[in-house]
Amino acid sequence: MNVGTAFEIALAVLVLGLGVWTIAARETSAAVVGFVGYGLLIALVWVRLDAVDVALTEAAIGGGLSGVLMLGAAARLRTTEAQAAAERPGPFTRLSAALLSAMVAGALAGAVLFLPDPPPTLAPAAAENAAATGLGNPVTNVLMAFRAMDTLLEKVVLLLALVGVWSLAPDRFFGGRPGSRHQADPRGALAFVARLLPPIGIVVGAYVFWVSADYPGGAFQGGTILAAMWLLVIMAGLADAPPICRRWLRLVLIAGPAIFLLVGLGGLWLGDAFLAYPPAYAKPIILAIEVAMMLTIAATLGLLMAGAPERSAQP
Amino acid sequence: MSATTVFGLYAAAAVGLGLYGLIVNPHPLRKMLAFNLLGSGAFLFFGVIARRGAVLAFGSDPVPQALVITGIVVAFSATALAVALVLRLFHATGSATLRASAPETEASGRRGVGGSQA
Amino acid sequence: MGFAFNLMTIIAVSAGAFFFLAGTVGLLRFPDTLTRLHALTKADNLGLGLVVLGLLPQVGSLRDGLKLMGVWLLVLLAGATVSQLIARAARREGPGE
Repeated sequence: MNVGTAFEIALAVLVLGLGVWTIAARETSAAVVGFVGYGLLIALVWVRLDAVDVALTEAAIGGGLSGVLMLGAAARLRTTEAQAAAERPGPFTRLSAALLSAMVAGALAGAVLFLPDPPPTLAPAAAENAAATGLGNPVTNVLMAFRAMDTLLEKVVLLLALVGVWSLAPDRFFGGRPGSRHQADPRGALAFVARLLPPIGIVVGAYVFWVSADYPGGAFQGGTILAAMWLLVIMAGLADAPPICRRWLRLVLIAGPAIFLLVGLGGLWLGDAFLAYPPAYAKPIILAIEVAMMLTIAATLGLLMAGAPERSAQP
Repeated sequence: MSATTVFGLYAAAAVGLGLYGLIVNPHPLRKMLAFNLLGSGAFLFFGVIARRGAVLAFGSDPVPQALVITGIVVAFSATALAVALVLRLFHATGSATLRASAPETEASGRRGVGGSQA
Repeated sequence: MGFAFNLMTIIAVSAGAFFFLAGTVGLLRFPDTLTRLHALTKADNLGLGLVVLGLLPQVGSLRDGLKLMGVWLLVLLAGATVSQLIARAARREGPGE
């Protein structure tokens, strides 16, 4: 056993402890705080598994945005804690659930210990065809070229989730602004950091996207950072959440999937398959799609966090 | 015992833990936290499979990595929709319970739902 | 020269880890929110600074070193802001934890 394995075992034990805390903590806010720490440590696990792009995504979305979303919800639902505590199931249900979970975990652990050797892999196929697009990052290659259909459908799923969230608005507020108007002391710490951090955040987000052609990064991770900066500005009261009926907002939201779909149809018409890129122009086309995708992801994630409209559109 | 075995066993434990939390915790937000835990365990499983598929050029098979990135984003959007649903339930009925309500609370719940549809 | 760099890395990172440990002990042992915030932010900022200082000899280029310093400065900014906000909320709620 070398130092690396000892570190990994320690990391796995720590993450397991945080997972138990998330399940067993008494207050929901405490559980969400544990969940945020859990997300960040899982990002470390992903780095140990040599999947840095996934680590970035997990840290940004899994740890960051999910934590903020649930912390806000936990604050609003604080009064429901007492009733939930009264509804805890009895010992028989708990025991059966524990047995079921143990069986599922045991089956998966058995699968881990008896994985097939030599391991089946698609990495050689990805390596062979890497020259087709001229990108150096294999994960971006897979996301935007080999499995571009999955990415297109994922964008549509994000949009559908947003439409679902909007549809939960009361009828009189549909088309209005999400969330409540945030106020903060304009000379306080939050307003200060909301003026200082977004320019840095925009540069970092754009950099994470731009560098994803050859190094770990991606449009998703960059878009998440942009969404976080937008949310910071809204939470500090420096700008208000836009009404969801605004045309520019809806144009930004559909720009990503629409351009992706147009490129796909263009591939069908001019090439030989849906989403076929002409080899000479593959890299510029992918970059163009990714720019639109990043802006759409930033807008969609920001609006998903803001929630359903709760105010009318008037300022 | 290599990295993949350690993290693979942890992924199995995370799935079991998340499943237990999903069944046992009555509050919808706690169920969502447990579900996210379950999801992270499933994704780590993908990661272990990806790591085992490493070749000389790449440290890890890129295809499962791309699938996991897609999965994390979709899981977040599902969580956001679920949170919006719970908040709407809270606005409409005043409580965030998933249990079918007793007759007297159902009447006040109906009043609440009718009121917010006005 | 390589040995001196490695020695400096080991000493600085260990000192940083010690400061993180001290901050966590403060978090666990101090009686109320404001004192805990004080222990956390002071010790963690210094701890991260020492860790970054220890990692600087190990990076390959000036640009990576500047990136590390940028990470430290951003964490300083975020830590300072968040501790201000928590302290203000804690003072508003009164001495009831």
